[in-house]
Amino acid sequence: MAETAISHDHDASHGAHSSTGLSNNKLGMWMFLGSECLLFGGLISTYMLYKGRVNSGPQPNKIFDIPFTSVSSFVLLMSSLTMVLAVSAAQRKDERNMNLWLIITALLGATFVGGQVYEFTSFYREGLGFTTSLFGSSFYTLTGFHGVHVSVGIIMLMALVGMNRNNRIPGDRAEVVELIGLYWHFVDIVWIVIFTLVYLIPS
Amino acid sequence: MTIIERPTTEVAVAGGAPSGVKPSEALGVFKRPAASTSWRDWIVTVDHKKLGIMYGVSAFFFFLIGGVEALLIRLQLIAPNGKVLNADQYNQMFTMHATTMVFLFVMPMAAAFANYFVPLQIGARDVAFPRINAFGFWCFLFGGLFLNSSWFLGGGADGGWFMYAPNSSTLFSPSHGIDFWTVGLQITGIASLTGAINLIVTILNMRTKGMKMMRMPIFTWMVLVTQFLLLFAIPVITVALFLLTFQRSFGATFFDVASGADPLLWQHLFWIFGHPEVYIMILPSFGIVSEVIPVFSKKPLFGYPIVAMSGAAIGFVGWGVWAHHMFASGLGPVSVAVFSMSTMAIAVPTGVKIVNWVMTMWGGKLTFTIPMMFAIALIVQFTIGGLSGVTHAVAPADTQQTDTYYIVAHFHYVLFGGAVFGLFSGFYYWWPKMFRRQLNNAIGKWNFWLMVIGMNLTFGPMHILGLQGQPRRMQVWTEARAGEGFFNLGFWNRIASIGSFTLGTGVLLFLVNVVYTHKSKKVAIAPLDPWDARSLEWMTQSPPQEHNFDVLPTVSHLDEFFHRKYETDSSTHGVTQVRSAEEVMAELNAHPDEHIHMPSRSYWPILLASSLPVIGYGVIYNRTLMAVGAGLILLTMFGWAMEPSTSPDDDFDPPAPGEGGGHTKELSPLG
Amino acid sequence: MSTATEHVEHTDGHEAEHHGLSDKQYIYVALILAALTAIEVSTYYIDFGPFFMPTLFILMTVKFVTVVSYFMHLKFDNKLFTYLFYSGLILAICVYCGFLATFKFFLQKG
Repeated sequence: MAETAISHDHDASHGAHSSTGLSNNKLGMWMFLGSECLLFGGLISTYMLYKGRVNSGPQPNKIFDIPFTSVSSFVLLMSSLTMVLAVSAAQRKDERNMNLWLIITALLGATFVGGQVYEFTSFYREGLGFTTSLFGSSFYTLTGFHGVHVSVGIIMLMALVGMNRNNRIPGDRAEVVELIGLYWHFVDIVWIVIFTLVYLIPS
Repeated sequence: MTIIERPTTEVAVAGGAPSGVKPSEALGVFKRPAASTSWRDWIVTVDHKKLGIMYGVSAFFFFLIGGVEALLIRLQLIAPNGKVLNADQYNQMFTMHATTMVFLFVMPMAAAFANYFVPLQIGARDVAFPRINAFGFWCFLFGGLFLNSSWFLGGGADGGWFMYAPNSSTLFSPSHGIDFWTVGLQITGIASLTGAINLIVTILNMRTKGMKMMRMPIFTWMVLVTQFLLLFAIPVITVALFLLTFQRSFGATFFDVASGADPLLWQHLFWIFGHPEVYIMILPSFGIVSEVIPVFSKKPLFGYPIVAMSGAAIGFVGWGVWAHHMFASGLGPVSVAVFSMSTMAIAVPTGVKIVNWVMTMWGGKLTFTIPMMFAIALIVQFTIGGLSGVTHAVAPADTQQTDTYYIVAHFHYVLFGGAVFGLFSGFYYWWPKMFRRQLNNAIGKWNFWLMVIGMNLTFGPMHILGLQGQPRRMQVWTEARAGEGFFNLGFWNRIASIGSFTLGTGVLLFLVNVVYTHKSKKVAIAPLDPWDARSLEWMTQSPPQEHNFDVLPTVSHLDEFFHRKYETDSSTHGVTQVRSAEEVMAELNAHPDEHIHMPSRSYWPILLASSLPVIGYGVIYNRTLMAVGAGLILLTMFGWAMEPSTSPDDDFDPPAPGEGGGHTKELSPLG
Repeated sequence: MSTATEHVEHTDGHEAEHHGLSDKQYIYVALILAALTAIEVSTYYIDFGPFFMPTLFILMTVKFVTVVSYFMHLKFDNKLFTYLFYSGLILAICVYCGFLATFKFFLQKG
């Protein structure tokens, strides 16, 4: 959805004004993010409710590998920095740096997702499957949704780099980069919450 | 399909505009579709008015399906030990009836009006994201068809429209009905979410000059509130539906008590969405009657800012009352007390609105046209439903009423007597704007009275049935337990069933009216301003040309159109008409805007939306198909992203000055 | 198209022109965030006693708000964006805390 939201630039008001002086796309993106708060809120609440309910399989505090997750959290946090540098390069019309930072952001994101895949497989080996317990189901659902969001972000970043190379980005390039940046940072702040509530606070 | 065929102006526009619209081959995979008058244009259109009409036609189609389901239910209950449906079919019938009416009729019908009239009411040429608008419509349609395809693939959902655990588990509902339900609603949810973002941005950002927030028509205000509710409520049901899908298709146990889960989790998530949802259904209708009542009372709306703000207040407080649906579930005394009080509080802003409508009519010059009659019926019927709603807010009384027909009576009074009557008021009020013909008055009266009498006969007795203890969702009642005398269940059940067929006849008369209006040679073309209306959507031709306004008006008043037609006499404080609607139009369109860019047609919205049901069938039947669907989504998204929203050679210019505002000229014989 | 958007940005005035920080300042912000994360992680190794939960919650909030305000430019951007986003966020917090409260979630923890 985010993809469609950002790639779309309205033209109906062409030559007309915009009542608030703000860009339609950016307003739309912020609203989408506001709405996503309710989505992740629901998933986090479900996890909070169910994290202690372990009929079989490992307990949360037994299975989490805090040092490992700390590193991948750090990676995602730093990808926010590279993203904001890409946005700032785009606003300066510094295309070379923009591309560079976008690619680095995507790579950091991919590292995070790779870490998550590794984490999931090792949890699975230790006996925590999707259906093992309510803790397992809600944990995989929450972090899985987050992982999907990161992956969608990576696809958007790569698409952005590719389309930029062929000069196929419709509309204002700096704005498109900024919008994808907003999405990316949002995914990062969701992880800030998940990292604390899920990993650091034991059940 | 007379409903969706737009009369002659379509030709005029097709002759004027699309000469500039050429498929641009340089960008995108497909040739860009060009404008045409054939049915294909409806598939690729991004015009908010065409999409509004398509929303309307599809929603009405689902309304008829839901209506047939309702009639089957009433047929089953007309006599003791009904044999029309077996228990399983009965479960599917009431589940799908409610789901269809809520998600596939009332919501999209409100979206139809919002799509068509919000841009016109705020003086915009289209919505903020026209392609996303088209995408939303196709998601709704495909989601609805997907949901209903379950009838042919093993039966519909059968867990009741709020799908409580454990009935929603595969153990109690082994057919695929509920899987179709979860995925189908997920797809229509995408429609609602994208529509919400689209309309909010449109209202915030695309108002014409001088159209301040507090000058917007109340309908637009109510749509704004509704869309904010959708924006924040849809993700909650999305979570709930995902959890249920994971439970049914992937072996999770989110709602399975045996595995230590709490079934109340579903109830909470559902009603956190579900209660804002009831305001999502009613507020657009409130908006419609707030337009209709002032027009036919010849008075401005009483307390405009209060009506707007009470709508916002309803939207806000609507988030804090969800657990009143769960008083009987053992929430604990503190929760029950808190939610009981907040529920009583929400009656206040609703009551404020009713007072405002009545005060608008007070002392006005009332004309009882069909839209006005429906609007007044809404006030009366909704008040009855609202009062029985207050009795639910009292938790001890509610424990008596829970899951009886009393509840059914209550929500049909507010939803049918409220939301649906409002929508019908809108049909009659705006029909001449959309199709240039007025619906027949005589048939309209029959339509109205049969619906009002039918609805009271159907749902009125349900209060008695409910208080006598007839539970909802029971497929039979028996003579032995029917009771005696005035409170005999059999008597009232028969009345309700007869009422439902009266109601059905009333609805059919509406269709008759539509066909008559568009087929009969006798029906004259409606005048430009048949109701002496007050708001901006009447300040353009009927139906509006693709770009809505030749000149975007500059607004200086609430009820701008009225103020251009009338002037206040300062000595007598009376108003006198100084200009006719045609004169207002001619004045406005003296110098038509040039180089109007309208968004170009596109294949991508329908293509992207059509890949969603593929994933849906994949979830239910085959994981490979899921991957195919995901691939399709990715591909179509790339196609979409690469296509500029306006092809460069798409430009509309008004006819040369010599031909002088072709539109106004064309209109003059109508006046 | 680009003309329309540019036009919009210009009418938005100075705010839009210079919003955000310089690249160097972004790096400082990131360093602060990294340091906060380090403190968070340290709660896993060091016993914070009664300060354990408050520390984590405060740090989480600070990090969250920092990213939103600086990386997402909310601090420098039009207030409408702030209202839209925070109304969603605050609504989510209120509704879901109410939801967990009905399960006596906060009482269990003591």
